[in-house]
Amino acid sequence: MTVEIEPSVTPAADGSVVRRGVWRTLRRRPAFWVCLVAVALLAVVAAWPAGFGGLFGGGDPYDCDLLESAVGPGPGHPLGTDLQGCDIYTGLVYGTRTSLSIGLLTTALALGIAFLVGTTAGYRGGWADSVLARVTDIFLGFPFILGAIIILNSTGDRSVLTVSVVLAIFTWPTMARIVRTSVRQVCDAEFVAAARAMGLRSSRIVVRYVLPNALGPTLAVATITVGGVIVAESTLTFLGVGLQAPSVSWGLQLASAQAQFQEHPHMLLFPSLVLSVTVISLIALGDMLRDALDPRGR
Amino acid sequence: MMRFVVRRLLELVVVFLGVTFLIYAMVFALQGDPIAALAGDRPLPDSVVRVLRARYHLDESLWQQYLRYLGGLLQGDLGTDFTGRPVSERMASRWPTTIVLALTAWLLEVLVGVSLGLWAALRHGRLADRAVLLGTIVVSSIPIFVLGATAQLYLGVRWRVFPVSGTQDGWPMGFLLPAACLAVFGLAAVSRLMRGSVIDAMSSDWVRTLRAKGLSPRRIVGVHVMRNSGIPVLTFLAVDLGYLLGGAIVVEGIFNMPGIGQLLFAAIRAHEGPTVVGVSTVLILIFLVISALVDITNSLLDPRIRRDR
Repeated sequence: MTVEIEPSVTPAADGSVVRRGVWRTLRRRPAFWVCLVAVALLAVVAAWPAGFGGLFGGGDPYDCDLLESAVGPGPGHPLGTDLQGCDIYTGLVYGTRTSLSIGLLTTALALGIAFLVGTTAGYRGGWADSVLARVTDIFLGFPFILGAIIILNSTGDRSVLTVSVVLAIFTWPTMARIVRTSVRQVCDAEFVAAARAMGLRSSRIVVRYVLPNALGPTLAVATITVGGVIVAESTLTFLGVGLQAPSVSWGLQLASAQAQFQEHPHMLLFPSLVLSVTVISLIALGDMLRDALDPRGR
Repeated sequence: MMRFVVRRLLELVVVFLGVTFLIYAMVFALQGDPIAALAGDRPLPDSVVRVLRARYHLDESLWQQYLRYLGGLLQGDLGTDFTGRPVSERMASRWPTTIVLALTAWLLEVLVGVSLGLWAALRHGRLADRAVLLGTIVVSSIPIFVLGATAQLYLGVRWRVFPVSGTQDGWPMGFLLPAACLAVFGLAAVSRLMRGSVIDAMSSDWVRTLRAKGLSPRRIVGVHVMRNSGIPVLTFLAVDLGYLLGGAIVVEGIFNMPGIGQLLFAAIRAHEGPTVVGVSTVLILIFLVISALVDITNSLLDPRIRRDR
């Protein structure tokens, strides 16, 4: 799961000077390690929820006991139970997979579109650039939540996949613009001209020489996006257009806890703590990555 | 100059057509057969289906239907809800609340966001700077409904600093808490942007020249740096006003304020498709128009922007 961000932080196979510099800068910052460990831990939990869900007894997110409805933290239920008597800790563990999946899947889809559109616009230029710029504008024209509401409102079956696809529709334009700008910057570089002079095919030039330069800044933004998407999912779920009941996700836990907040604050407190720590780690990672790639901003 | 304005307006038209078509295609065309849904379990006779399809123009192509919808939209027709009342009529009485709420939130963003950003930038690298940066990240990691519910419980119900909900207390008390919740995200962005752009300016050559001339630090920051760093921040603030007008769905829902956002909130909960689409469309259009106006104003203020494009 951390694979998403790793290529740009490890000294990759080509070991270029720039990349090694980034790794050196990041390596020295304690905050970087804290965030990385947090994200890695969540990735392990998401990959293997069964190993963590049962640590305090129970272990099945659907094994709920109505007799123990809305119990505060105590033995057997370290974080208490929700209104249906489901263990909040177990729900959080199983929800990790759902919430991280939505974050990663959305970002991966958006990255795919962004790279396709951004490189085409940046490398081809001319009319392709103008047309794609207008298309990007159209999608940027939607305020994120409103656009998602319109589509999800008319989608009957809302699974992890559908929610991710809809969120991706509204997240790709920002990244596409970054890719386009980076591609533009290297297009006139001498090594690209050299590659052209050697008669290489466009596809090869783009993949081998142009794209690696756009990778860093885009991945930094992508890391931040994963965090933003996780928050957006919970908001959409709260509004009633996100995931639905049989699924287990942090957003669903928060949405159902909100109504009971005044009497049972623990139901909202723990899920929102976990969600916030996750999102803070992701945003901070992205920020540090961006600073390391472009030291001017620090 | 005129060329830029005309071009930006043309862009607005293109984006407007694109956005409305997307909304139309996604919502109206992908919903399956509405007549079959209307009929329920027992299929209707063919003749009835034909009449109904003709009445609602369902026998036309997607393009014809879209043009019809667009024509209605231009005349202010946003469709009708399930009880037959026009959506635009239901929105009309709700505008004041939403506008006051958005403006209050915007004022908070301007005052608090700009000062925080400036403060952090002038203490670049020190504790205050780090605290502001961390604060902006923490704030963007909390879903807005969690923030709203928490603020309502502690500041409203428990400590009684602010009214719990509604607008009966009038401005400012009735609006401050929801506006603060609404402003939090933009506030984080504004202070980050302000911080970045002041730091950039402070390390620039012209600030060094001003220092060499012997100007007081207060004057350098107050007059010269503020004026130069203000442009990107102002641009962001202007566009953000569009977001604030449309982004109050959750906040108005939680604080039960009778605004546009709450109408949308209630409509989503009650599965009132036509109302959801009508209201969202208007909010998106407002956002589009504001961004176009911002671009044009910016180009009037700063000739460099005209030339860049």
